[in-house]
Amino acid sequence: MPGIAAYGVYLPRLRIPRKLIAGAMGWLSGGKKPGRGERTACNWDEDSLTMGLEAIRDALPDYASRRDVRSLVLASTTLPFADRSNATLVASALDLPDSVLAADVGGSQRAGTTALAQAFTQRAASGPDGRIVVAAADRRLARPGSEQELAYGHGAAAMVVGADDGLARCIGARHLAADFVDHHRLAGETFDYTLEERWTREAGWFTQVPPVVRELLTTSEVPSSSIRHFIVPADGAIGKRLATLCGIAEDRLTDPMTDLCGLTGCGHSMLMLAAVLEKAAPGDLILLVGFGQGVDALLLQATDRIGTVRPRRGVAASLRARHEETDYTRFLAHCGILQVETGMRAERDARTAQPALWRKHAEVTALTGGRCERCGTVQFPRSRVCVAPECRATDTQLPHLLAENTGRIKTFTEDWLAFTARPPLVYGNIAFADGGNAFIEFADFDPGEAQVDAAVRFVFRLKDIDRLRGFRRYFWKAAPLGDA
Amino acid sequence: MASGIRDKVVIIGMGCSQFGERWDCGADDLMIEAFTEALGDAGLERDDLEAGWLGVFYDEQSVSKSALALSMALRLPQIPVTRVENLCATGTEALRGAAYAVASGACDIALAMGVEKLKDTGFGGLPERTKGSFEDLWQPGFTPPGAFAQLAAAYAAKHRLPMADLKRAMAHVSVKSHANAVHSPKAHLRRPVTEAQVLEAPMIAWPLGVLDCCGVSDGAACAIVTTPERARALGRRDAVAIKALQLVASNGYELSHQGWDGAHTPTTRAAAQRAYAEAGITDPRRELSSIEVHDCFSITELVLMEDLGLSDEGRAAFDILDGRFDLDGATPCQTDGGLKCFGHPVGASGLRMAYEIYNQLLGRAGGRQVAGASLGLTHNLGGIPNRNVASVSVLGLRSL
Repeated sequence: MPGIAAYGVYLPRLRIPRKLIAGAMGWLSGGKKPGRGERTACNWDEDSLTMGLEAIRDALPDYASRRDVRSLVLASTTLPFADRSNATLVASALDLPDSVLAADVGGSQRAGTTALAQAFTQRAASGPDGRIVVAAADRRLARPGSEQELAYGHGAAAMVVGADDGLARCIGARHLAADFVDHHRLAGETFDYTLEERWTREAGWFTQVPPVVRELLTTSEVPSSSIRHFIVPADGAIGKRLATLCGIAEDRLTDPMTDLCGLTGCGHSMLMLAAVLEKAAPGDLILLVGFGQGVDALLLQATDRIGTVRPRRGVAASLRARHEETDYTRFLAHCGILQVETGMRAERDARTAQPALWRKHAEVTALTGGRCERCGTVQFPRSRVCVAPECRATDTQLPHLLAENTGRIKTFTEDWLAFTARPPLVYGNIAFADGGNAFIEFADFDPGEAQVDAAVRFVFRLKDIDRLRGFRRYFWKAAPLGDA
Repeated sequence: MASGIRDKVVIIGMGCSQFGERWDCGADDLMIEAFTEALGDAGLERDDLEAGWLGVFYDEQSVSKSALALSMALRLPQIPVTRVENLCATGTEALRGAAYAVASGACDIALAMGVEKLKDTGFGGLPERTKGSFEDLWQPGFTPPGAFAQLAAAYAAKHRLPMADLKRAMAHVSVKSHANAVHSPKAHLRRPVTEAQVLEAPMIAWPLGVLDCCGVSDGAACAIVTTPERARALGRRDAVAIKALQLVASNGYELSHQGWDGAHTPTTRAAAQRAYAEAGITDPRRELSSIEVHDCFSITELVLMEDLGLSDEGRAAFDILDGRFDLDGATPCQTDGGLKCFGHPVGASGLRMAYEIYNQLLGRAGGRQVAGASLGLTHNLGGIPNRNVASVSVLGLRSL
């Protein structure tokens, strides 16, 4: 029976306290209570593509663990490219085998659970080899002062589905397709159009989910009372009522983490599933729901191997790795909602030479350096002639992947003159642990946080936005190693 | 081994435009200003020139491509004119071209012109430049102050120097250059500043404040070079001779190899060693009367004192605070105000430095004159610390 072999998550480190939003926008809602806690938000250089990629890295932290990936699905309603395979770019950055079947899926808040269900089906139907990676990520934008601005968060999760039971096996799944339009967003639009919450709850969640759950439990011969973890990717009040309607005790509900990160979109069920997998006991039954123009219900059971494979960082540590945003307007600027003055330096043409990018895609997309076969020197970028002064041999370098390497800061600055969406632009020279040096931008360093000799890891981020031609280019940046 | 060009080429005329925000001038005006002075200084006619070299860096902002800007602005006779570009070493590169032509016997009299018109961009700081189709894909969107600020972070860490102490030495670099520029009529920035003003200036790229950064200026400078024989035939008995002219370009070691510590410039060290050997200098600290180095930022000048062998490793900050490079110090540095205050029209800077050494050697430096100056050095560092072109030239008086 197919099961989950590994899992991972990604939450951007920026947290927007709901009080910060209320302080700026409360005038619009008559001082309505903003709700508790905080929500996650992407930095200017993060999006669904980069978050999905990080969630997969969390699940498959080393290159060896990616060698038998046969299929990659990236689920999202907010992918940056409508016509350029986002999943293929992710596969390339992760150095997955180039024979991988890579696909973007979207179209609904159910995209994540649907992709996961399809992966179980596909895995069950194919041979014994290979694993399927399902990542789901969303960066939904919301109008200032809207309920969604408070409720939404940004985040991603990834599940690796293998041929055997793994950490948790899939017992069954049931689905409902229903063109129930509680909210929608036309292609190319920025914001959701959302209908009354009460209707969504009553006619949607409470009417559509219970029959699907009952059918799944009946055909699986599992009594509702034996469900140990009930995952409902919605506000806690919806979960409580649904549990009652499905005959599941309230204490079996998984925390939707709305106070900690907000509702992160189509990956939220899998994010909650990851939290469950971090603490589940062997034999625990897990019921997972996805909702959006219908219902997905998946039934999983933790195996004896639960706990033997853990993400590099996981949910608990990702929630701890937080950095509180202090400026509401900066959050809006990162979302592209507030057009701020960027100065003439921002007019620099960020045209991407696509032939050069294709020629050098291993170097740029997968952070591939070279290792000289003759002298052993690792260098970035890989080059025809070895950079070691005592060697300088020609055509002796083998590809040497550096994205999963760590490094230390050799030099850096905080540049207030250079254009960046989040001044200052922090960048410098990095010494890789494997050898070699790179002059690159940093990510997630606020002023005063960088230090010479501090340890870094590398993250795949947006580097430049070419507004003239509507292109976004990505590269690796040095980020604090943190508690990784 | 080649004998080099020591004493094979002499400078018989130099000119330099007023540096600054020359809203009233284009590159052609600036070149004419410098050229008119140089021609008069040399006592030559325009038609005596046999070849020309034009150094300009930001072609699109300044003069477009090719050497036509020089030949057309000066209405040169029908002679070969070549445009050269090598980052901030561009002006010295133009001088090198002219000097090599004379040293080789290809011509007797050659012109080296450097110019930059920077203030047509509409914003402060240097214009943006392309890095090439591959480098743009991965290198940071850096600015020059940000790139050079990195020297400070690495230098402080390497020598375990508290940043506050390093900042004080950097401030002294700027205070000294501002003090010198007061006596430098063609300089862009001529007001003295205090250490406190430098330390409290707004941050540009940590740890560089705005007064750690050189001026962004328009300007031109030029030299007319010839053989010692021709100079003698023109009636000269003493002349400023080129004692050495060396240039080293990075090969990727700093950028890609872990051996570089980020706190020095290997290219400068190599160029200086060769220049000292070519010029026959064995003790630069004693022999050099005055120097003009590439002080694009205060930290650059500090690091360069070690790279040029004028301070011991890790001692530059202390030597600077001791006044060793002040106008009345053992090795006066940036006597005309340097890039910091005279200004930095990129393509002109190498020749502007030569102009100052030339004037010092000829005793024409007025209120900033170094007594008995007989041997001077100029240094450029083009590019940024991890990828650059370093040039070192030595000029000295010789009897003909």
